[in-house]
Amino acid sequence: MFGDISLTQFIFGRLTWEAIPYHEPILVVTFAVVALGGIALLGLITKFKLWGYLWHEWFTSVDHKKIGIMYIILAIVMLLRGFADAIMMRIQQAIAFNGNEGYLNPHHYDQIFTAHGVIMIFFVAMPFVTGFMNYVVPLQIGARDVSFPFLNNFSFWMTTGGAIIVMMSLFVGEFARTGWLAYPPLSGVDYSPGVGVDYYIWGLQVAGVGTTLSGINLIATIVKMRAPGMTFMKMPVFTWTSLCTNILIVATFPILTATLALLSLDRYVGTNFFTNDLGGNPMMYINLIWIWGHPEVYILVLPAFGIFSEVVATFCGKRLFGYASMVYATCVIMILSYIVWLHHFFTMGSGASVNAFFGITTMIISIPTGAKMFNWLFTMYRGRIRYEVPMLWTVGFMITFVIGGMTGVMLAIPPADFVLHNSLFLIAHFHNVIIGGVLFGLMAGLVYWWPKAFGYKLDPFWGKMTFWFWQIGFFFAFMPLYVLGLMGVTRRVSQFEDPSLQIWFIIAAFGAGLIALGIGSFIVQLVVSYLRRDELRVISGDPWDGRTLEWSTSSPPPDYNFAFTPVVHDHDSWYDMKSRGYERPLQGFKPIHMPKNTGTGVILAGISVVLAFAMIWYMWWLVAVSFIGIIAVSIAHTFNYNRDFFIPAETVAATEDARSKLLQERT
Amino acid sequence: MSPNHESAADTHHAHSHGHDAGHGSFKGYMTGFILSVILTAIPFWLVMAGVLDSKLLTAVIVMGIGVVQIVVHMVYFLHMNPRSEGGWTMMALIFTLIIVGIALAGSLWVMHHLNQNMMPMTHEMMKNMP
Repeated sequence: MFGDISLTQFIFGRLTWEAIPYHEPILVVTFAVVALGGIALLGLITKFKLWGYLWHEWFTSVDHKKIGIMYIILAIVMLLRGFADAIMMRIQQAIAFNGNEGYLNPHHYDQIFTAHGVIMIFFVAMPFVTGFMNYVVPLQIGARDVSFPFLNNFSFWMTTGGAIIVMMSLFVGEFARTGWLAYPPLSGVDYSPGVGVDYYIWGLQVAGVGTTLSGINLIATIVKMRAPGMTFMKMPVFTWTSLCTNILIVATFPILTATLALLSLDRYVGTNFFTNDLGGNPMMYINLIWIWGHPEVYILVLPAFGIFSEVVATFCGKRLFGYASMVYATCVIMILSYIVWLHHFFTMGSGASVNAFFGITTMIISIPTGAKMFNWLFTMYRGRIRYEVPMLWTVGFMITFVIGGMTGVMLAIPPADFVLHNSLFLIAHFHNVIIGGVLFGLMAGLVYWWPKAFGYKLDPFWGKMTFWFWQIGFFFAFMPLYVLGLMGVTRRVSQFEDPSLQIWFIIAAFGAGLIALGIGSFIVQLVVSYLRRDELRVISGDPWDGRTLEWSTSSPPPDYNFAFTPVVHDHDSWYDMKSRGYERPLQGFKPIHMPKNTGTGVILAGISVVLAFAMIWYMWWLVAVSFIGIIAVSIAHTFNYNRDFFIPAETVAATEDARSKLLQERT
Repeated sequence: MSPNHESAADTHHAHSHGHDAGHGSFKGYMTGFILSVILTAIPFWLVMAGVLDSKLLTAVIVMGIGVVQIVVHMVYFLHMNPRSEGGWTMMALIFTLIIVGIALAGSLWVMHHLNQNMMPMTHEMMKNMP
C-alpha cells in the first residue's frame, strides 16, 4: 500500500504547499489580520500572566456557569466570522452585474455561502442556545450544577474543536463548495475530490459529539435535579423549552451523525450509499439529513421562545398568560417538528399523497406557534410594561417572526413551493425566522441575564442602538430578497445578467451594512458597560424584579449557586417567595459537595481535532496515533477518583456574610 | 469516561437519587453473554452454510434475530425493565422506538413513492445522459 509513495506523502498525506491559499489576496490579508490579532492576544495573555488563571479557572472548569459563558463567547466570536461571510456575499451580489464579475470568483463565493450557513447554524446559534441552557437551567431549577459536570466541559470543548476545524479550512486547504447541507452527488468524491467536504464532515462530527452529550446531560439535569417541590408543571417556561430542545437534540443528532458517517464511507472507502449508480441513491441523503435538519430549527427556536416567555412575564410584571397552554404548545411543536421534514424537498418527485401529508403537518405547526404568540400578547395586555432592552427585542421578535411564519405557511403549500423552492424567497423566509426568532431571542436573553452572570447591567443606550440597527437592518436586508425570490431569482448565484435586479441587491447590501452597525453597537455596548460597570452594578442580584429562581441568589452567583436548596411552591417561585416575605438564611451553613475541575475535556477535544485533521489530509499514521491517544486518555480518566471536594461551611458563611454586608450598605 | 462517577459527586442532591436501578448479577451477565453468542452464531451459520434456499427468508430471519439481540442487550446489560429509574428508562425506550419508527416508516414511504414516480432508468441510460 505504501510502496509507491514518498516519505513526504506518507507523513503529510495530501497536504502540500499548494493547499495554503497564498495566491488569494483576500485570504492572505485575512490571515495577516487574524495572525496579528492572535499574536497580540496571546502576547497580552502572556504579559499579564493569565495562562494559569485561564487554565485553572475557565478551561478546565466544570462549573456550568463558566461553561455557559464560554459557549456564548464562542458563539459571539463565530458570529463575527459568519457575519463577515454574509457581508462579503451581499457586496458581491450588489456589484456583480453587467459583466462585472465582482471581487469573488465562483470557487471562493461557493465556499463563502457554505461556510456562512454552517457557521451560523452550528457554531453561532447552537453554542449560543447551549450556553444559555447551561447557564440558566441549573439556576432556574435550584441545582448546584448539571448532572454530569465533566461531560459538560468535554461537550463544550468538542463544540469548540468543531469550530476550530472549520476555521482551519480558511487558511489550510479549502472549505466545502456544496451548500450548508452538502447534498450528494455534489458532495461525493467524484464531484468534490478536494478536502472541502472532509473539513465539513469532520467539523460537524466533532461538534456533534459535544451537542449530543450536552443534550443528554441537560435532560438528566432537568429530570433529576429539580429543587424539592418543583413538579414538571411548576418549572419555568425556559426550562420547559430547554427540556424539549434537548429531547430533540438527543433524538435527531444521531441521525446527522449516521448520515455524515455514510457520506464519509462513500468518500473514504468507496461505498455507494449516495452515489448515482451501483444502487446508491442521493435522495436518501436528502431525506435523512432533513429528518435531522427540520427538528434542528426547532432546537434553535424553542429556547428562544422560552427566553421571550421569561422576558414578557418579567417586564410586564405579570404571571405568564396561559402557562399550561405554553407548555403543551412547546411539546406539540416538539412532536410535530419531527414529522414535517419532507417539506424541504417537495420538488424531489414524491407523489401528491406524500406531499399533501407533509404540507398539512407543516401548516399544523403554525397553530401551537400562534397560540404562543397570543399568550405573549395576552401577557402584555393590561400588564405594566417596562420597555427595557430585552422587552424591545421581544416586541421586535413578535412583529418580525409573524411575517416569517406566514411566509413559512406559504412555502408549506406544495404547489406554491414548486414555484418558490430554491429561490431567494426561501432565503428571506428562513433568515426571517432565524434572525427574527432565534437571534432576537438570544439578544434579549443576553441583556436579560447579563446582570445575573456579571453583576452589572448592560448599557441601555447602546442596547437600544443595537436593537434598532438590527431591526431596521433586517428589514432592509431581507425584504428585497422576498421580492427577488418572487421574481424568480435563485439562491447561491454569484453573478447576474439582468440589470433591473441590481437595485434590490443594493438595498439588501445597505441592510447588511445597518446590521454591521448593529453588531458594532453590540460590541461597543459590551465595552461601554464594562467601563461603566460600577454605575451599572446590581447589588440586590435582582435587577429586573425577576420571577424565577435564578434571581433569588446573588449576581453573579457563588460557585455553589444556592447556600441552601430552595423549596418551590409555585411556578414563578422567586416572585412567590418575595411576595411571602422571604428572608435569606444567615446561618446554619453546611459544607457543600462540589465536582472538581479536570483538564481531560480539553485534552480529549484537542486530540479529536488532530484526529479530524489527519483524516481530512489522509495522514493515516497520525489517525492511528491520535485514535489510540483518545482511547488511552479516556481510559486513564476513568481511574481518576479525585473528582469531588467540599466547600467548607466557613467559606460558605464568609461568602454569604459578605453579601449580607453589601445588601446592608445599600439600604 | 464514566458519568456515573460524576453523578456520585452530586450527592448533595439527595432527592435526585433514585437507586432503584438494578446493577446486575454474575448470573445475569452470563445469561446475557451466552444468549448473545448464540444469537450471533445463528446468523453466521445461516449465511455461511447456506442453510435456507431462499435468500429473502434468510435476510428476514437474520434481521429478526438482530432485533432479539437488541432486546437481550437491553435487558441483561443495560438492566432495563419497566421499574428501573422510576420508569424513566422505559419511557426513554418507548420514545426511542417512536422516533426510530417515524424515521424508518417515513423514509421507506418517501423513498418508495419517489421510486414509483420517477422514470425508470438503466445504468446505461444514466451513463449516456447529456
